[in-house]
Parts: sequence; C-alpha cells; structure tokens
Amino acid sequence: MDGWVHNRDQMRNSAAASTLSATPDGAVSLDQVAVEARARLFSSRSVKRGSKLFACNLIITCTDLTTLEGSDTRGRVEVLCAKAMRPVPDDATIPAVAAVCVYPSQAATARRCLQGSPVVVASVATGFPSGQVPAEVKIAEAGEAARFAEEIDMVMDRGAFLEGRHLKVQQEIAGVKEAIGDRHLKVILETGELGGLDQVRRASWLAMEAGADFIKTSTGKIQPAATLPVAVVMLEAIRDFAWATGREIGFKPAGGIRSAKQAVAYLVAVNEILGDRWLRPQRFRIGASSLLNDVLMQIYKERRGGYQSPQDFSEA
Amino acid sequence: MATSPPKTSARPKSLDLLPDAPVPAEGEAGVEFPNRLFEYEPAKESTEHVRLEDRYGLFIGGRFVNPHSKAHHPTINPATEEQLALVAEADASDVDRAVEAASRAFLQWSRLSGGQRARFLFRLARLLQERSRELAVVESLDGGKPIRESRDFDVPAAAQHLFYHAGWADKLGFAFAAGPGRALGVIGQVIPWNFPLLMLAWKVAPALATGNTVVLKPAETTPLTALLFADICRQAELPPGVVNIVTGGPEVGAALVRHPGLAKVAFTGSTAVGKEIQRALAGSGKRLSLELGGKAAHVIFEDSPIDQAVEGVVNGIFFNQGHVCCAGSRLLVQESIAEPFLRRLRLRVSRLRVGDPLDKNTDIGAINSRAQLDRIEALVQAGVGEGAHLYQPGCELPDRGFWFPPSIFTGVAPAHRIAREEIFGPVLAVMTFRTPKEAVERANNTRYGLSAGVWTSKGSRILWMSQRLRAGVVWANTYNQFDPASPFGGYRESGFGREGGVQGLAEYLEFS
Amino acid sequence: MTGPTVTKTPKLYIGGAFVRSESGLVYRPQSAANVPRGSRKDLREAVRAARRAQPGWAGLTAYNRGQVIYRVAEMMESARSSFMLALGGGRQAGREVDSCLEALVFYAGAADKLSQLGGSVNSVAGPFFNFTIPEPVGVTFLVAGDRRALLPLVTHVAAAICGGNAVVALVSSARPLPGLLLGETLQTGDVPPGVVNLLSGMPEDLLGWAGSHRDIDLIDCCGCDPQEWRELAEAAAESVTRVLPPETTPALTPSLSLRMMEMKTVWHPVGL
Repeated sequence: MDGWVHNRDQMRNSAAASTLSATPDGAVSLDQVAVEARARLFSSRSVKRGSKLFACNLIITCTDLTTLEGSDTRGRVEVLCAKAMRPVPDDATIPAVAAVCVYPSQAATARRCLQGSPVVVASVATGFPSGQVPAEVKIAEAGEAARFAEEIDMVMDRGAFLEGRHLKVQQEIAGVKEAIGDRHLKVILETGELGGLDQVRRASWLAMEAGADFIKTSTGKIQPAATLPVAVVMLEAIRDFAWATGREIGFKPAGGIRSAKQAVAYLVAVNEILGDRWLRPQRFRIGASSLLNDVLMQIYKERRGGYQSPQDFSEA
Repeated sequence: MATSPPKTSARPKSLDLLPDAPVPAEGEAGVEFPNRLFEYEPAKESTEHVRLEDRYGLFIGGRFVNPHSKAHHPTINPATEEQLALVAEADASDVDRAVEAASRAFLQWSRLSGGQRARFLFRLARLLQERSRELAVVESLDGGKPIRESRDFDVPAAAQHLFYHAGWADKLGFAFAAGPGRALGVIGQVIPWNFPLLMLAWKVAPALATGNTVVLKPAETTPLTALLFADICRQAELPPGVVNIVTGGPEVGAALVRHPGLAKVAFTGSTAVGKEIQRALAGSGKRLSLELGGKAAHVIFEDSPIDQAVEGVVNGIFFNQGHVCCAGSRLLVQESIAEPFLRRLRLRVSRLRVGDPLDKNTDIGAINSRAQLDRIEALVQAGVGEGAHLYQPGCELPDRGFWFPPSIFTGVAPAHRIAREEIFGPVLAVMTFRTPKEAVERANNTRYGLSAGVWTSKGSRILWMSQRLRAGVVWANTYNQFDPASPFGGYRESGFGREGGVQGLAEYLEFS
Repeated sequence: MTGPTVTKTPKLYIGGAFVRSESGLVYRPQSAANVPRGSRKDLREAVRAARRAQPGWAGLTAYNRGQVIYRVAEMMESARSSFMLALGGGRQAGREVDSCLEALVFYAGAADKLSQLGGSVNSVAGPFFNFTIPEPVGVTFLVAGDRRALLPLVTHVAAAICGGNAVVALVSSARPLPGLLLGETLQTGDVPPGVVNLLSGMPEDLLGWAGSHRDIDLIDCCGCDPQEWRELAEAAAESVTRVLPPETTPALTPSLSLRMMEMKTVWHPVGL
C-alpha cells in the first residue's frame, strides 16, 4: 500500500511522469508459480541445427565478455580483449562479442586493447557490486569510468529500494545518467536481493523511468543471479514500458549463464516476448565470463557434426 | 511410420546478424513486436521406435481376439489423414464376451488382498513409465495433440494416477468412516478422444484399486494407446479379464452401458450422450458417474497478475486444441482492464505455433477428427453470423489434415451460441463485467458447471469468488491443473460423481 | 358456552406461508380433514420459494444452521402432543416423534462437521494448495412416501438443510397431516421462509412435473416405489439432475447429507 503511494508520488515527481497510462505499470502484481511455468516453456523449446547456429552466432554478438575480479590485471584484461575481438583466432567467421566488461580501473586498458575494433568497453560503476558507497562517490566513479567506457553498468541502490525510498533510487540513476553523458547506461537491479518478482517488476520500472538504456539482472556476485523467471518479468516490463512511452529498453541477463543451452533459453524468451527488434546487441546482451567457449563448441559441433573438446578453445 | 505434415512456414533467416544489420519493420499485419528472425527449425520427435500392428483385435480375457463381426475400421492420423492401423469393430456379442470375462475375473480379483492388487497397479504404473516415449508418440499420432503435451502431461499424469491408486488398494480400510466398503463388480467405462490414455487411467486405476474389474471402450478415433495399455496389462501379468478393452463406434458404447451384467457405468463424454445413459439406467439401481461437457468461465479482475492471467487464459482454451471439457472457453474480463488485457492476449496468441503434433515446438496440434473440425467451423461461423468479432493470428495451416487456428471472439453477447454451447475447440469467447457480483452472475449463467477460473491479487476475493462459482473445480490464479489426489467433476449438466482423491475412490465402493 | 371444536384446516407450507392449493382441490386421505391436493403450480411456487431462499440459507454459518435445526427439535418437543395426535396416538406415535427428535438433533450437530467429514486437503504434485469442500447442491425435491408419516420426511429434510440446501417435500399422500404439521414447527423454529416447503397431494399429479423441473438440482426418491423412482430418474436425466434411490430405513449418517452435496475443489498456487 505504502509502496504503491510512494511509487505514484515519484512518478509525479519524475521527469518520466508522462509514462502513467492505462496500461499496467511498475506496481502490477505477479504470480511466481505461473511465471515459473512460463519460463519452463522457454527452456523447453527445442532449438536445433540451423536455428541453433543462428542463436549461437547471435549470442556471441550480444555477449559482454566479463572479468570482475579483485585479481584482474592489465595482462588478464588484454587476453580477454583479444578473445573478445577474435573468439577463434584462426576463424574469421566467428563474430566479435559486443563488449568487454571490466572494473573502472581496467577501463583504460580495455579501451587501448579494443581500439579500432567494433567491440566496446563496458565498465561497472557506483560501488559495484554492493553499491554501498556515498552518492557523490558513485557519481564521481561513473564519470571517471565514462572517460574510457562506452557503456556504464551501474548497480541500483538496493538498500534504498528495500527501504521504500524509490525516489532516491531514481534520483541516483538519473544522476549517473547525467554524469556519463551520451554513454549507455545499464542498471543492475541485483534481482537476487530484491525479495520477489513483484519487486523485480517495480525495480525494472523505476530504472527505466529514471533513464536506464538497459536493465540488467545481476552483478554475478550474489546467488541467485540471472534466472529465467526473472528474465520473463523484466522482458514483460520492457514491453509494457515500450507500450507506455515508445522507448525500447534493452535487457541484459548476467551471472551464472555458463552453457549455450542456458543462453539460448534467454534468447528464446526475448524472441517470444519482445521479438525481432530486441534480437541485436543494441537491445540484448548477455553478461558472462565462461559462456563463450561452450557457445563455440556448439557452433563447431553443428558445423563438424561431432562433439568438441574444451581444450581446443583458448581460455579467457 | 507416418510422414510429417507439410512444412507450415518458411521464414527468412539470417545466420550472421551483425550489430548494424537492418532491423525489421514494425508492425506487419497488426502484430506488435513481430518475431520472424529467429525461427525454430522443425524438431520432430522420432517415430522410429514405435511399432504398430497393422490390425488390432479386441482385448478380452487377457488376450487379443477377433471381433465377432470380423469387421475392422481404420484409425487415422488427423495431422496427415493417413491410416495408422485397423481396429476391431465390436458388437453386442463381443460386449457380452467381455462382460462375462470381467465377471469371471471379478470373483478372484475382488478377493485378492489390497496389497496384492496394489502390486499389480504399481507394475502397470512402472510399465507405463518405461514405455512412456512410445505411448506419447502414439498418443500424438492417433489424436493430433502436440508431443510436448503427450510427453509432459498425458503420459506422466496417467502413470501418476496408477501410482496414486495403487497406494489406496491396501488402505481402503482407513479411507472411510463407513468402513472399507465392498467392490461393486464389473464396471463399464466409456472414455473420450481428448485424453485417451489419461482418461483410461482415470477410469481403470480407481476401479482396479477397489477390487472391481472393467470393460473399457476407448473412443472410436483414438483407440491405439488403450490397445497398447492392453499389451502393458499382459506384460504386467494382470489376471486375464480384469481389464477388457472393446473398440468400435458409439453403438458399442451404447451396448456396453446398457449391459445387464454391469454394476456401474462410468462415462466421460458429451452431455447429450450422458443424458441418454442416465435415462437408460434410471431406476436400475446401478451406480453411475458422469463427467460431461463444460463452458467454463475464466474471470479476470483488474488487480490480477495480468501476464500470468493471459498465460492462464491461453493455457485454459488452447491446451490440447481446446479439446478439453473444462476448457476456459468464456473469458470474463473486468471492463477496466479489458483493453490492455486483450492487447497482451493477442500478442501472446500470435506467438502460438500451430502445426505438426510431433514437432517438439508445436503449441497447437491437429483437430482430432473431420467431424470435430466441422463442428468447430460451424460454431465459429455462427459466431461471425451473430455479429461477434473474430481474431485469428496469421498462421499458415498445413494443406492436409484437420487444423483450426487459435481464435478469439470479442464483442460476444451472453446469448450468442459461442457463449453458451461447448465448442470443444481452440475458440475463446470474450465478454466483460463491471463488478464481482456481475462476474459471478455471468459465470454461473450456463447449464454447465465443471470448472471456473478466477484471477485476482486479493485473497479474500479469491475465496469469495470460489464460494460463489457453481463449478466442481475452481482454479484461482492458475488454470488446467490436474492431480490424482484432487477430485475432479462437475455441477449441474457437467455431470456427477468425482474422479480422483478419496472422493473419487468412493464412487467405486459400496458401503452398508 | 361451548360449541363445536375449532378444527384446523390443513394447508400447504410454501415460502414460509400456509396456503391452500392453487388448484382449489382437496382430498380426504385421513379421517375427515380436507387435505390440499397440491398442483403443478404449487410445485412451481414451492421451487421458486426454495430457489430464492437457498443462497441466504447456505450463506449462514454452519453453526447458525445447526442452531436453527436444533430449535426445530425444541419446537417439535413442545408440540409433541399435536404430533402424537396427528400420528394417531399410542406408543408407536410416541416412538416416531422420539425418532424424529433424534434425527433433528443428529443433523443439527452435523451441520458444522460436513466439510471435515466430506472434504479434504489434497497433496498434489506441484506448488499448489488444493482443497475439496462439500457445498449444497441447491434445491432438492423429496418424496417422503407412505412408509411412515413423519420420520422419513423429518430425517431427509434435516439431512438436506443442514448442508445448506432448500427443500421442496411431498409429504406422505396417505397420511399427510403429520407432515403438514411440520410446517408450523419449522416456522416457529425460525427456519427462514422458503428453506423448507411442504406439499401434500397425489404423486401422480406432481412427480412428472418434478422430474422434468429444470430448476430442481436433486431428487430424493426416499419414499418412491420402483415405478415412481424409474420415472422420476428418467425425467431427471434431461437436466442431469441428481437422483437418490429409495431408502428402506431412514439413516442417521452424515453421508446422507453429503450425498445431497457437491464436492468443490479449489486450487491456488503457493508462491511469492
């Protein structure tokens, strides 16, 4: 009840107040059991042969190849960037990934390595992964990261969200958006910390209203990270937001997606909920560190007609 | 084995969609969020492992025998119209033989201990699971239902029914205040074509668990899984005559339910035939349970979880091509959200994949028979004639076989035929309401009363509604859920008696 | 001064009112009393009254319905002498009134037990809460029969209404006076008008109409002979109306009430 009033209140205050419409908005309720049943339908789609090749290629072009470790070094980032630009060095038919996703302190290195390639730099920011740093620090960090990165993956302030301070959440997102100028903003909701699908829906809406270009499930540092039911909820929120405002927001599942099969299920969900306009890196990304090689193995399995060995693909 | 139906579509594909590849134009043919780039190639379930006989006899006294008439009729694949096998045409003398075999078997079967009967039922359940892929494929071949449904629902649910009732067989003494009850005798069972194996399990499992023996007549268009089940009975070494299966048309069913040797008739099928059976058994003292037609209301309140409600509505009316007695065929949506709800519903329906039942990605398979297709087409024509507005997504249908696209009628008045008559096909009639009271009145304004659905986020309203909806099953914030532990059956002209649960068990026992 | 006795005109009991038959006809099955010969239109009115009354009656709490039925027992006890007289007096009449009281008390206490006796919580293989509860079938039509003048009527009426049904009962045609007298007991016992309606008359005038009446949900052939049972059941098939077979001994068992009820199963997901 209170949350609803809050939400309405903020909508009036926010720049996106015009998104209020007859269509269900951020406060729509959800039924977990039915969402899970819907998610099972997506993962049970049988994607084989040509469709699988299509999916695997698309997954590569939509991948944000990620390393977010305390132990990240320039050397590690260089290796990752090489892999991002040419996933299989001797096979030019394998496309480059969409972006390399790193901590702000590695953004300059990534920028240098990726110069001249279509692969962009994405940097996490705003006190990733917890977001528990002062607001000024978040703004400063995002601004600094934006000097080298085309895309900023900020973390939503879950503390404020769970306290019901939705306006603060939105103001912070809007502040970061302002600080990074024309850089693309992905807002990480960290859905595993929100407490339920109703909250995922609400957080998605808040983030989109406040100026997110993408909404992203997770940091990868919290379990559960990306799940298909959460994806269903976020994709339907994106659809409703497009209906309400005409703006097409992107979707990025991240965390725990390690197999091509998992990734294909997300792609199927995007395909069946949002369709063609989202089947491209401008609207869809997968954040992953170890997914790429499994996707490559699936591609070669389809091409060569036999099972592959992980040893044949470079680490990254 | 049968060949696949013609390919339903050839959508454009691009194998190397690069970041700057052109984006498809918005909104072709009124479809919002078009999705034609990423098409799933046919993923056909293999039929290699299925070996059907050319010709099947009647299963009487534990073996397959020739019908008295020597006549056989073909059973066809409704997706291709190709013949699958020849099936025996029983007549009254075959029914006599079957009832006689069941009567003889009853003497021993009813005297076995519950534990011994349980063993047999557990065996049947296990064998069903072991042969589940074969059964699922044959179910889809013979009936036209998507393999995803026969594989994930029909066959596992049938096995679950056998397991559930196996567990009752040795606990009858604990089930009822009135005592353990006594088996009735020979049960005549007539089942429909929409869930052939599952309806068989619903009928056979409780009957056998309680010590009765059965003569079962599967539907004329879908006899094959019942005949495979007969083989499973042999494999399980079920005593001869405990389960007898007679195939054929409506005359066989009529002869069976009127047979003087029966103690009870259990029928699932149309209301018209149910009434005939009730009339035929009037004053005979024979037990009767009827599971008949429906015209279920699916009520959507403005505070419902809207996308899940859309999913529930889709599942409610398009599950098994709408060949479901409890299908949610009347959508009652609160006027305040009618527009956003229907927008989502149309989008969702545009994503349904109609086609080859054996394709693992098919959502809607073939209509079960030419006769049923004719009936659906006639009623849809009537709906158009009465002035309702018809929406069908632009899906291409195969040339051969029996097909009908998912269909949504808006602008439906409660008096329209499509709002009153059971269509038994993928056709939804949409109406609106303003208040909960009006929703209840509209929902109950039918001679049927099998099931109802209600969607709302308000707990007290769910209970208020479920008290007032005159239906044997109320699905709240869900739809089309079934379980052997959960009694299923109707109010009013949807029949009487329950199947499933301890209440369903009592239908097969006599007390006092 | 003393004059001739003031005699009571037997009347039908419909919608809480004591009325003559719409037909204007009477018959004289017992002594000199002119008993109304109920017509199909009386039946129609009685079913209407029952249909109107049923939702409100079922909407009371089961505890409340039990209290009302117990009050009927109290009223019958206080009117024992009238019932004795109507039953022809003697020890047999006394025993029948005793049995009727026993039945009323039994079903008074059954009202709030039926959902526990007939219902269940079902463990389904999925994330759902699933329960089954008995609900009244609606309007029942009872043929009390001639076997005994009062006991089958009282037993089957009590069994029906304790679960929330409304009843239209055809009392014994051979000995209708005790049955009609029950109307007074029901009225003073605060059974809401229309919940129980009592008709007297000839089965041949009424059973055909009752069997084919589409707004009757269940026919209780309690006192029917085999012929009447078969004809009622055949007619009932036209609207899939439930039929209970003739009964030889009036039973005191909750399953009699449960047989006049429908089982409703409700599903709801368990999730966040």
